[in-house]
Amino acid sequence: MRFTREAQWPLLTLLLTLFLMLGLSGPARAAGDLESALSELAKANFTRKSQLVDEIARLEDPRVSPVLTAFLDGALYQHKSSRAFVAFSGQDKGVNLLSGESIEGLKKRDFRKVAINNALRGKLRGIMAELQLRNPSLETRRTAAREMLKSQDAATLPLLKRAREKETDGDVRDLLAISIAQLNALHGEDDEIRIAAIRQLDGVLYPEVRVVLNKVAASVSAAEAKTGTVEAAAHEALKQIEGLISLNKTAENLYFGISLGSVLLLSAVGLAITFGVMGVINMAHGEMMMLGAYTTFVIQQAFPNAIDVSLFFAIPAAFLVAGGVGVLIERGIIRHLYGRPLETLLATFGISLVLQQAVRTIFSPLNQSVSTPSWMSGTLEINGALALTYNRLYIILFSLCVLAGLILLLKKTLFGLQMRAVTQNRRMASSMGIRTGWVDALTFGLGSGIAGVAGVALSQLTNVGPNLGQAYIIDSFMVVVFGGVGNLMGTFIGAMSLGIANKFLEPFAGAVLAKILILVFIILYIQKYPRGMFALKGRSAGD
Amino acid sequence: MTLGPLTRTLLNDRGSQILMVSVLAMTVLIPLCNLAFPEGSALHVSTYMVTLLGKYLCYALLALAVDLIWGYCGILSLGHGAFFALGGYAMGMYLMRQIGDRGVYGDPVLPDFMVFLNWQELPWFWYGFDNFAFAALMIMLVPGVLAFLFGWLAFRSRVTGVYLSIITQALTYALLLAFFRNDMGFGGNNGLTDFKDILGFNIQADGTRAVLFVLSGVALMAGFLICKAIVQSKLGRVLIAVRDSESRTRFLGYRVEHFKLFVFVVSAVLAGIAGALYVPQVGIINPGEFSPVNSIEIIIWVAVGGRGTLYGAVVGALVVNFAKTYFTGAFPELWLFLLGGLFVISTLYLPKGLVGIIGQVRNRLAARSATAQTLKTSE
Repeated sequence: MRFTREAQWPLLTLLLTLFLMLGLSGPARAAGDLESALSELAKANFTRKSQLVDEIARLEDPRVSPVLTAFLDGALYQHKSSRAFVAFSGQDKGVNLLSGESIEGLKKRDFRKVAINNALRGKLRGIMAELQLRNPSLETRRTAAREMLKSQDAATLPLLKRAREKETDGDVRDLLAISIAQLNALHGEDDEIRIAAIRQLDGVLYPEVRVVLNKVAASVSAAEAKTGTVEAAAHEALKQIEGLISLNKTAENLYFGISLGSVLLLSAVGLAITFGVMGVINMAHGEMMMLGAYTTFVIQQAFPNAIDVSLFFAIPAAFLVAGGVGVLIERGIIRHLYGRPLETLLATFGISLVLQQAVRTIFSPLNQSVSTPSWMSGTLEINGALALTYNRLYIILFSLCVLAGLILLLKKTLFGLQMRAVTQNRRMASSMGIRTGWVDALTFGLGSGIAGVAGVALSQLTNVGPNLGQAYIIDSFMVVVFGGVGNLMGTFIGAMSLGIANKFLEPFAGAVLAKILILVFIILYIQKYPRGMFALKGRSAGD
Repeated sequence: MTLGPLTRTLLNDRGSQILMVSVLAMTVLIPLCNLAFPEGSALHVSTYMVTLLGKYLCYALLALAVDLIWGYCGILSLGHGAFFALGGYAMGMYLMRQIGDRGVYGDPVLPDFMVFLNWQELPWFWYGFDNFAFAALMIMLVPGVLAFLFGWLAFRSRVTGVYLSIITQALTYALLLAFFRNDMGFGGNNGLTDFKDILGFNIQADGTRAVLFVLSGVALMAGFLICKAIVQSKLGRVLIAVRDSESRTRFLGYRVEHFKLFVFVVSAVLAGIAGALYVPQVGIINPGEFSPVNSIEIIIWVAVGGRGTLYGAVVGALVVNFAKTYFTGAFPELWLFLLGGLFVISTLYLPKGLVGIIGQVRNRLAARSATAQTLKTSE
């Protein structure tokens, strides 16, 4: 008997321990156990609820996140008779959390709310953040980690450390490390830890880091901070970050400048061809761009389900439409006005008015909306302070492709050869059997077609309306005149330098004043170099 | 008669004579019909009509200024609207100062828009504009000095042809952008308006309107005589030589840039005066007047009327603007088609403009009768 009595105790202890482990802090429940945990949650007191929430969070169940979100928002209810759990999303609407179906026509009085208090809310928030940091989707983890940078709460430190240990992706690990360093810098136990953390934050460009460092440094001014103190380290880090940021700002300006330059290049390059080869000032050039933009609009209207590929069809279509109109204009009008550049200017201005009004009559005087394909939206984040928008990036690439294509056409094809011959000496070219009339028509068509292609690009940047062309025509003229007529390299350099100069003047002069300054600069530049940057020399330069 | 020497020297062609007589008749008769005959009478001309015609006369003077440089010296300025607008702004500033404390905010010195922008004192460039004589001087001086600086730079470095056209366009575009800025102190987007009186006379009154109309007519006639005097002088011959072959004239020993500069400045001053007369009649001046399209429209008046005749420019300005008023009222959709078509047709088929048609027809008739004559003699 004594044996049995003695033997009973360990057995009991074992059973008790097992029971306790299962009930209180036992290993994760099985997947189906969300239901049982929820049923218990509805009845339990707040101490028990806190434990249950931990258990639920550990479940490998996709339904966990909506359940906890609903609980946190105070929208978690249990039906009084059927015991089903519902997350209310309105007065009478909700989602059955276990089956996932949405239900309407609910009456709140049939339900009992699962109560929550502030302590539990705080705990839930941490758990939610951790859940997201453990989410299998990399994108969600990255967003969550980025979001965590905002946290200045020392309580999140252990959570972050756990998440960082489990994290497999390098970027997210770095983000988490920054968060940890931020918290250490703010709340670290001794100065050594804080300074080390601040050193870690050195050169990190996220704006949140600056907020934290400013907070750390705020108590002492930069001049008074003694070397070796936390404040001095923060000031030092801040200074370095500011330097890096201004560097990035410059890079950003450069990017905007190049992108403006490439827009200018696109719109001016066609003009450079017609002006350079034929000596024709085409005031309707802007309207050719407008035609290209409207072609994009029409194509998108015709195939509303294929926005993503619409641009690939719009580019050749716009080239054909604008180029065709160009050939018509050349054959119909400009042909009769050769050798009278000023008259051509007036006639083409008349054409531009007619085209504008035609678009107004056919479409409407209002702007049309052209959609941006999904692959062109969004940004490419280089670091915390520098993000490049994809649409500008594509337009830069596109304009370079157009320029390269044109140069190849001029240098490597028979048509290009004939075009250059006509540019250099029209009468001699004619004597050699080149049909100068056709070369003129095709050249004008080419210039107009490229304007149409530019219009496709512009439709992604600005409003597509009857006045689209007018906004760009003066700038295009400035580029051509600045770069030097009849020289594609001049147009390229002219466009890029004007674009970049404009964007660098903007921060301290304002957009309008920057533009005025550029115009004045060009007026003065032309005085010094009346034929532009790269003037044609020799016989062809004659008036 | 005193007109004798005038007709012999300045008005020595039929076109100019007809034009001078018509403008003179208009200047006298229209205000007379407006003031002397009561409303409802068949001979009454409404004040609206007087203002409208007065506006056209200002446009005609502007067209004259453009024809002087384009038709006789080959300078195609696509920015002449800028000089017109500057003259207009100078007048507008005088009229603003005349409002005094009758503005919405009742500030005795500052115009309304400055009070609105919380400005404490008048900017320095507004000083003196309460004095009409000073304003009148500025109306001529500001466009004149700008034209002098611009022309001195451009002509000296031999910027010609299309390049010159494009930088004049850049000039007016830059001014357009500048005047749109509120910080410039010229009323920004809204420009200058709400004028009350000019030299103590109510600007809305019929009598003032009639006087302004007469002044516009007189200015047009005086401008015409001045231009005529210039183009018929020895200097005018050099200008035509520059138009026809600039380098040849230079090689003959003429300082081409001086001649061009002179005529450019005269033209800018005339444009400024036209603008100054225009503003009190329409009652507003805003940066829109600087827009490059406006400047190109002036060119089309001259081209339609017939460049290089002076009277053709006046005819063109009047005809195109009558058409514009009619069509923008009756068929607003059609106006731009028509204006655009006018550009194309006049450059393609009317190289000498409307006033050239008579000559073309006469030449063709003469040629036909000449062939008939030859046929007859050969028979």
